[in-house]
Amino acid sequence: MSSDNENSIKFSSMRRKLLMGMAALPAAPLLSSAGLFSTPAYAQAPATAAVNTTGLAVTDTEVTVGILHSVTGTMAISETGSVQAEKLAIDQINAAGGVLGRKIKYIQEDGASDWPTFAEKAKKLLVNDKVAAVMGCWTSASRKAVLPVFEQYNGMLYYPTFYEGLEQSKNVIYTGQEATQQILAGLDWVQKTKNGKTFYLIGSDYIWPRTSMKIARKHIEGHLKDSSVVGEEYFPLGHTQFNSVINKIKLKKPDVIYAAVVGGSNVAFYKQLKAAGIDLSKQTLLTISVTEDEIDGIGGENFAGAYSCMKYFQSLDNPNNKEFVAAFKKMWGEKTVIGDVTQAAYLGPWLWKLTVEKAGSFDIDKIAAASAGIEFTKAPEGYVKIHPNHHLWSKTRVGQAQPDGQFKVVFETPDLIEPDPFPKGYQ
Amino acid sequence: MFADYSLAELGSIFVMQGFAGLILFSVFVLMALGLAIIFGQMGVINMAHGEFMILGAYVTYFTSQFFLHFLPSLFNIYFFVAMILAFFASGALGMAVEWLMIRRLYKRPLDTLLATWGLSLILQQVYRSVFGPREVGVELPNWMMGSLALTDTIEVQINGLFVMGLTIAITIAVALLMYKSAWGKQVRAVVQNRVMAGAVGINTEKIDRNTFGLGCGIAGVAGSAFTMIGSTGPTSGQLYIVDTFLVVVFGGAQSLLGTIASAFTISQAQSTMEFFLSGSMAKVLTLLGVVIILMLRPQGLFVIKVRR
Repeated sequence: MSSDNENSIKFSSMRRKLLMGMAALPAAPLLSSAGLFSTPAYAQAPATAAVNTTGLAVTDTEVTVGILHSVTGTMAISETGSVQAEKLAIDQINAAGGVLGRKIKYIQEDGASDWPTFAEKAKKLLVNDKVAAVMGCWTSASRKAVLPVFEQYNGMLYYPTFYEGLEQSKNVIYTGQEATQQILAGLDWVQKTKNGKTFYLIGSDYIWPRTSMKIARKHIEGHLKDSSVVGEEYFPLGHTQFNSVINKIKLKKPDVIYAAVVGGSNVAFYKQLKAAGIDLSKQTLLTISVTEDEIDGIGGENFAGAYSCMKYFQSLDNPNNKEFVAAFKKMWGEKTVIGDVTQAAYLGPWLWKLTVEKAGSFDIDKIAAASAGIEFTKAPEGYVKIHPNHHLWSKTRVGQAQPDGQFKVVFETPDLIEPDPFPKGYQ
Repeated sequence: MFADYSLAELGSIFVMQGFAGLILFSVFVLMALGLAIIFGQMGVINMAHGEFMILGAYVTYFTSQFFLHFLPSLFNIYFFVAMILAFFASGALGMAVEWLMIRRLYKRPLDTLLATWGLSLILQQVYRSVFGPREVGVELPNWMMGSLALTDTIEVQINGLFVMGLTIAITIAVALLMYKSAWGKQVRAVVQNRVMAGAVGINTEKIDRNTFGLGCGIAGVAGSAFTMIGSTGPTSGQLYIVDTFLVVVFGGAQSLLGTIASAFTISQAQSTMEFFLSGSMAKVLTLLGVVIILMLRPQGLFVIKVRR
């Protein structure tokens, strides 16, 4: 049962009555607008027994969710933003009346950049704390580690990172882009506007860059006219010396350098590229792994001119995003930057709230079933919608890095791109 | 792969590639030097070496911020100030660590491995809590960026040259200190026979502390220099630690010359293979080669004399 829908129906019928001139209460228009714009503070919270049949941590006034990210260890650098975004979203939802009339309380656990720890903490959140949903994980490795736990104990995970695809679960909502969403449109764009015919692929050596590059190569060779891959290279995580590959790039003179280097290597790669005299305002470089967060470490002047392909940039010019950026900075400080994943993490609690309200229940099975078709119109990236495969429809954008560490959006797909985690012909 | 290029183009690529190898060599020497002193002279396996480097990197970052805000006219030379500060900061931390922890463990060399590893985790978390988990970008003065065009096609990186110059200067300074100064004589005396050295009036505890401090200080300078080529974050030190140990162990722990020779071998092998093969493959082959050579020569490349 959804109190929200019930209220809307009640109030809109009231409005109808108003229009019919049968009642002329002065307070009614006010109430009706409040009801239509769904502020559940006005709503009667439905009985706990009705909305929670599986023994989750839901009381008459509160519902508990889990936040599971690394705040210590190597990954803390990346996951901090996600934690901040999720806390902001929860605060905002609570300020607007909570979920089904209940205030969200969170339990935060630290995955400590260690995949078995993630699995253990996920189990703790689901079994001991009985949380209604978990916002968490960042790397694919951590997601793969917790997936069996979520499936065994029937939990719900909202996963924020753009990732390689090839996965779909009833127990996970993927709020970041899967590989084809992020890659294909960007390649089409670079070929068309930069006349890119030769591509040099370079990435860190693990599953995400390798899968992404495989998709990129198939697309370049199979779908882009007259285009070819002139080099493909992977470097161990943490590699810091790129001079040899930079010489190789100089030798091959590719039209486009296509990069998916991550972590500390990222910083080394761009600093050395710049030092080697490869001017990113002349040499086209398109990457799928550098957000505003990473530029902080690379240094804006070392990355200026390069293109990044993401679904979200902090500089997006729309009212939702302006509000979001202002709220984020107010909560976490003027100097914080917001990258793609941070925004995707922000979507998690909101999508969960909307899904719970649509399902009229906190039960995991009902949420999983109700997720398809959930729309979030206040998303900072614009409108998003959950696909039946539990990924999001989203736009893909290309931003050009500016010396101040922000991106200027130079391209945006006109339509939302359908998520396709198991792309045919790309595997 | 070379078919479409003229001889001149190929020539310049090879020159640049040779130069890339030399830069890698300098980087390896710089990061291994501090460890080689501590490991070679004191027998302490310092797993927290990377964290001492990162302290130097953070000092550089804060110096750059200070100059940017308060002394912008002197920004061009801040890097030299930063390196000196980094040396003293890391050196001071090293001496404190030696006094608090290491000196209690000299008789149990394997325990230093565990203790310094624990120290590295503690330092990482301290950096994370104090400086924040995000990486910071160190701004360089303009003259240190970009490359120097020797001919139309040959370009060498200025910061690479800088690292090379720095490495040469520090190596010479260390060699003079170790082999020409009275202090160096005392250090070597302590290494060779601690009891005898103490008996002839050398303050062995003080020597130990200063040696450890010197090694850590050099790590700090290396960290400072690496802000030009790598990342600066709480865990960035981990990026260097494996290569550093590789160089020191391969070279033979007690010999500075061995460290240099091993850095040269590994860097040339790696950069050449990276050019002809792929990045991951080069690493695998390098490690494989090192393992095989160490199996044949467990004491490392250059152990000339070892007194036990």
